[in-house]
Amino acid sequence: MDSCNCIEPQWPPDDLLMKYQYISDFFIALAYFSIPLELIYFVKKSAVFPYRWVLVQFGAFIVLCGATHLINLWTSTMHSRTVAMVMTTAKVFTAAVSCITALLLVHIIPDLLSVKTREMFLKNKAAELDREMGLIRTQEETGRHVRMLTHEIRSTLDRHTILKTTLVELGRTLALEECALWMPTRAGLELQLSYTLRQQNPVGYTVPIHLPVINQVFSSSHAVKISPNCPVASIHPSGKYTPGEVVAVRVPLLHLSDFQINDWPELSTKRYALMVLMLPLDSARQWRVHELELVEVVADQVAVALSHAAILEESMRARDLLMEQNVALDMARREAETAIRARNDFLAVMNHEMRTPMHAIIALSSLLQETELTPEQRLMVETILKSSNLLSTLINDVLDLSRLEDGSLQLDLGTFNLYAVFKEVLNLIKPIVSVKKLHVSLNLAPDLPEYAVGDEKRLMQTILNVVGNAVKFSKDGSISITAFVAKAELLRDSQTSEFFPVPGDNHFYLRVQVKDSGIGVSPQDIPKLFTKFAQTQSTATRNSGGTGLGLAICKRFVNLMEGHIWIESEGLGKGCTAIFMVKLGIPERLNEPELAFMPKVPPNHGPTAFPGLKVLVMDENGVSRKVTKGLLVHLGCDVTMVSSSEECLRVVSNEHKVVFMDACVPGMDGYEIAVRIHEKFTKRHERPIIVALTGNTDKVTKENCMRVGMDGVILKPVSLDKMRSVLSDLLEHRVLFEAI
Amino acid sequence: MDLVQLQRQLVEYRTSLYHEGFLDEQFTQLQELQDENNPDFVVEVVSLFFEDSERLLNELTKALEQQSIDFKRVDAHVHQLKGSSSSIGAQRVQKVCIAFRNYCEEQNVEGCLKCLQQVRHEYSLVKTKLESMFQLEQQILSAGGSIPM
Repeated sequence: MDSCNCIEPQWPPDDLLMKYQYISDFFIALAYFSIPLELIYFVKKSAVFPYRWVLVQFGAFIVLCGATHLINLWTSTMHSRTVAMVMTTAKVFTAAVSCITALLLVHIIPDLLSVKTREMFLKNKAAELDREMGLIRTQEETGRHVRMLTHEIRSTLDRHTILKTTLVELGRTLALEECALWMPTRAGLELQLSYTLRQQNPVGYTVPIHLPVINQVFSSSHAVKISPNCPVASIHPSGKYTPGEVVAVRVPLLHLSDFQINDWPELSTKRYALMVLMLPLDSARQWRVHELELVEVVADQVAVALSHAAILEESMRARDLLMEQNVALDMARREAETAIRARNDFLAVMNHEMRTPMHAIIALSSLLQETELTPEQRLMVETILKSSNLLSTLINDVLDLSRLEDGSLQLDLGTFNLYAVFKEVLNLIKPIVSVKKLHVSLNLAPDLPEYAVGDEKRLMQTILNVVGNAVKFSKDGSISITAFVAKAELLRDSQTSEFFPVPGDNHFYLRVQVKDSGIGVSPQDIPKLFTKFAQTQSTATRNSGGTGLGLAICKRFVNLMEGHIWIESEGLGKGCTAIFMVKLGIPERLNEPELAFMPKVPPNHGPTAFPGLKVLVMDENGVSRKVTKGLLVHLGCDVTMVSSSEECLRVVSNEHKVVFMDACVPGMDGYEIAVRIHEKFTKRHERPIIVALTGNTDKVTKENCMRVGMDGVILKPVSLDKMRSVLSDLLEHRVLFEAI
Repeated sequence: MDLVQLQRQLVEYRTSLYHEGFLDEQFTQLQELQDENNPDFVVEVVSLFFEDSERLLNELTKALEQQSIDFKRVDAHVHQLKGSSSSIGAQRVQKVCIAFRNYCEEQNVEGCLKCLQQVRHEYSLVKTKLESMFQLEQQILSAGGSIPM
C-alpha cells in the first residue's frame, strides 16, 4: 500500500496509543481503589466522623468508578460478550451510586461547611476566654498583692515604716517608676513631699493645697488620672523620656477625735494626704481598672494603719505623761508629809516647852505685883506682865490656828446658857470700855432660846474677839451688840450667795451683829481681814498690837460651827459692822443618853415624897427586896412586894403606878414579864411604868429592856437621892434611860 | 462607960469598918432610910441578910459536895448571895461572890471550893463586926443617948 496524500486513511488502532490507554486506565483504577482505602484507614484512625454513611457511599462510588475503568482495560480490544455484560453492569451501578451520592452531597456539604464555621467560632471564643483568664489571673494576683501589702502595712505601728512599706510594696506590685506621698503641713495650707520611692531624702518640696487638680483628687474617693506636668507629678525629672501615666489618690488622715464610740467615723475628715503613682517611662502601659482599684484599697488601708499608729503614739505619750505626773505627785506628797511632820514636831515643842516658862513668868509676875513695889518697879512689872500675856495669847492663837487648819480641832459640844455667854463677854470688856468711855449696849432677841447646844468656850472666844475688835478700833462712840435667831427671809440678804442656812427642827442659826462707830475699814481691805497675819496699814492697828490672827481664828471656828462671818463697812472713819451666823443645836431633854444631864439646871427638887404612890416591887432576893422597899417607904410610897414573877403578874393591877423588877432573875425572864404586863394593860395610861433594877447596864441589857417595852433601867444599888430623882422623872416623863 | 466615949467609940468603929472595906456607901444609904417610922430598919435588914446568907452557904456546901456538881444551881445561889450582900453594902463578901461566879462559869471545882471557903470567912468576919456594932448601939441607946450619924 502506498500512502496517499489526499485523504487521511482511517488508521488502524495504533499499538502505542493503546498501550498508553491501558496504562492510564490501570493507574486510574488503582487510584480509584486506593482512595477509599485511604479514607477508611484515616476515618478509622479518627475517633469522630459523623458522616460514615456518606463515606461508604462515596467509597462505593469510587470503587465502582475504578471498577469501570478497570474493565475498560479489556474493552479496548476485542472482548467477549461477558466482559461487555460486566462492563454494562458496572457502569449501571456506578451511575446509580453516583447519582445518589450527588443528591446526598447537596444535603451534606452545607453541613460540612457549617462545621467549619463553628470551628472558626469556637476558636475565636477560646481565644477570648484565654484573654479573660489572663485578666482574672492578673486580678487575682493583684488581690494577693493587696492582701500582702495590707499585711505589711498593718503589721507595724510605726508611722514611718507604714508609709515606707506602702510605697515600696506598691512600687513593686505595680512596677511603678515613682511613688510619692505628699502630707499636709501643720497649717494645712500646703502639701509637703514627705516620702518617695526612689529618692532617698526628699527635699522639702511644697505645693499649695488649693490647686484645682489637688481639689479634684481630694473630692473623689477614687484614684484619679492626672497630667504628668502638674506640680505634684513633676518630682521625678523625666528628661528626654516620655513620662508614664500618673495617678493620684487621696489618703484620709483620721484623727483620734474622729473616732466616736458608737459609730465608725465618717470620712468627712478635712485632712488628706496625696499619694502620686507614676508608671514607668517610655512604656505603653496604661492604668488598668484593677490597678486603680488596688491603689484605692491600699490608700484606705494606709489611712487606717496611720490612725492606729497615731492612737498608739497618743496613748504612749499619755502614759509617759501620767508616769511623770505620778512621780511628781509622789514627791510632792513626801515633801508635804515631811513638812507636816516638821510642823507637828515644832508644835509639840511649842506646846510644852514654850508654855511652861510662859506660865512661870506670868504667875510669878502677878505674884510680884502683889508685893510692895516702888512705882518704878510696879511699872516695870506691869509691862512684863502685859507683854508676857500678849506672848501667851500669841502662842495659844498660833497653836489653835494650826490645829484648826489641820482639821484636828473638834468642837466640844455641850448644852450651855446662851444668855450667860453674852453677859460674860460684857463683863470681860467692861473695864476697857469704861476706860475708853465707850457705850456698849446688848440686845438679845426675845425668841432667842436660853439654852443651846454647841461649843461654849469657842463661841465665847469668837464673840469676845469680834467685840474686842470693835472696842479696840473705836476711840469713842458706842458699840451695839445684837443677837437673834436668823429667819429664812433674812438669810436672803446676806452678802454671800453661797451660804444658805436652813433652820431645822433641832437646830437654829444664831446671828450676832456687832456695830461700832470706830475707824472702819476701807472696802479693798475687807477681804484681807480674815487672812492670817495680815493687818491693815493704819497706825492705829499697829499700836493696838495683836497678831492679826484673831479674825482668822474666828472665821475658822465659825466655819466649824457651819456658819459664816463677814464684815461690812462704809469706809474709813465710818465705823464697821461685824456679823456672824453660827449653827447651834436646840437642847433635847428626852432619850438622849449622850446628852449631859443638865449640869447647870438647878436640880429638880420636885416632890420629896410621893405620898400614896402605889408601887410594886418584884425581887427574888429577900434582902434586896427589903432594901428597895425601905427606900420607897421612906419616900412615902405604898409598896407591895412580890418575890416571883408569877406572883407579880397576878398581883399587878392598874392601881400600881410603877413596877420595879429585878431584871437578872434567873428562871422566868424578866423581859417576859414586861411583855406580859404590856399585854395585860393595853391602854397606855392604865399600864404601870416598868423599871428594871439590874446589876449590869451594858448596852445589850439596855437595848433588851427597851425592846420589850420597859420604860427605864436603873443600876443597882440605888441610893436614896437617885431613887427620888428617878421617881420624879418617871412620873413627869414616863420614860427614863439613865446615862451611864 | 461614958456616953460620949461610947458614941465616939461607935463612930470610930464604924469608920474603921468603912476603911477596911467591910462596908460601903450602900450601908450608909440603909442608915439614911431609918427614921421614926422605921426605927429598926437597919437591924431588920441585917438580920434578914444573916439568915439568908447562912441558908445560902449551907446550900452551897451541899451542892459542892455532890459527885456531879450542878454549876447552874451553885451559880444561882452565889447570885443571890451577891445580891444580898450588895444590898446591904457588905463589900468584901460581894467581891468574893463575883470571883465565885467566874469560877462557876468556868466550872472550876477547885476554884469554887476555895471561893466558898473565902465567902464563909468574909461572911463570919462581917457578921461579927456588925454584931459588935449593934451591941455598941444598944449600949448607947440603953444609956439614953442617940446614935450618931
